[in-house]
Amino acid sequence: MFKAKVLIKRRPSILDPQGVAVEKGAQHLGISNIKNTRIGKLIEFDVDLTDRTAAEKEVNDYCSKLLSNPIMEDYEFTLSEWIPSGEEVK
Amino acid sequence: MSLKFGVVVFPGSNCDHDAYYALRKILNYDVEFLWHKENDLKQSNVILLPGGFSYGDYLRTGAIARFSPIMNSVINFANKGGIVIGICNGFQILLEAGLLPGVMIRNNSLKFVCKDVYLSVENRDTIFTSEISSDKKVVKIPIAHGEGNYFANPELLKELEENQQIIFRYSDAEGNVTENDNPNGSQLNIAGIVNKNGNVLGMMPHPERACDPTLGKTDGTLIFKSIANYILN
Repeated sequence: MFKAKVLIKRRPSILDPQGVAVEKGAQHLGISNIKNTRIGKLIEFDVDLTDRTAAEKEVNDYCSKLLSNPIMEDYEFTLSEWIPSGEEVK
Repeated sequence: MSLKFGVVVFPGSNCDHDAYYALRKILNYDVEFLWHKENDLKQSNVILLPGGFSYGDYLRTGAIARFSPIMNSVINFANKGGIVIGICNGFQILLEAGLLPGVMIRNNSLKFVCKDVYLSVENRDTIFTSEISSDKKVVKIPIAHGEGNYFANPELLKELEENQQIIFRYSDAEGNVTENDNPNGSQLNIAGIVNKNGNVLGMMPHPERACDPTLGKTDGTLIFKSIANYILN
C-alpha cells in the first residue's frame, strides 16, 4: 500500500484570479511583502498496490486523466509505502 | 428528417428544465431528457448540455461530468458530425471532454455575474447562427456564471480566429467589442466558439433564458431556430 500526495499547480503562463485576490487581502491586512501568490490543490489518497512502478503508473493515470487538466495545470506527486497497521515503511 | 433535442441531465444540472421548456413550450420542438447514467441518446439529433453545477463543480467545472456514461455516446455522436450545443456548464463540460479547445477559469472579478449581455455575432454562416439576419448586429442573452473566463494559448486563439470558430463575443449594444463589455476577462471577449467541423457549439450565455416573450427577450430562439432549419431543410 502507498500513500500518495499530489500537488496540482496552475501553469505559470495562466492567470490565477484567486491568487491575485488573496494577495490583495494580504495587503489589506498589512502583510505587504507578498508577491506572486498562486493557488493550487493538494490531493491525498491511498494506492492499494505493492509494486512501486505499478503504483506510479496508477497515480499518473489518475492525475493526467482526471485530477489535473493538462491544458492549464501541472502535477507532481510523492508516494510513501506503508502497511495498513499504520506504520510507515519508508 | 425529423428534429429531436436530447437534453442531458447531470446531477447538479439546473437549466435542464429551462431548456426543455424553451424548446417544447415556446418553440414546439420534440425534446427528451437524457439521464447521465444512460448510454442511449434516444434518437435525438441535437444534444444539449445544459447549465448548472454538475457534480458541484468539484475538482474543476465539468471535470467529473465529462466521465458520465452518456458522455461516451455524446462524444461518439459529435465525432460523427452530430450537432451538440453546450450552454454555460455544458460549455465547460465540452472543454473538459476535449470536444472544444481551451479552458475556462474563474472570472477575473471573482464574482458570479448574472445579467443580460450583448453578443456580437461574429459568424452567421454556421449551423447555430444562420437565422440571425445580417442587419442584426447583436443578440441580447443573459449570462450567469462564476467561471466563464475563457483561456487559450496564443497559437490556439490565432487558429480560432483564422477558422472563424469564434461565434459570439461580448460587446456593447452596437456590436463594438470592448474591454468594458467583457464581463469575465475572457480572451478576445470570447463568449462562444465552435469546433473545427462546426457541429459543436459551446457558449457561456443562456439562450434558453431568452426565448419566452414574457421575459422580455427572445434572441435565444434564433439559435435554436437556426439548428432546426439546418436539420429540417
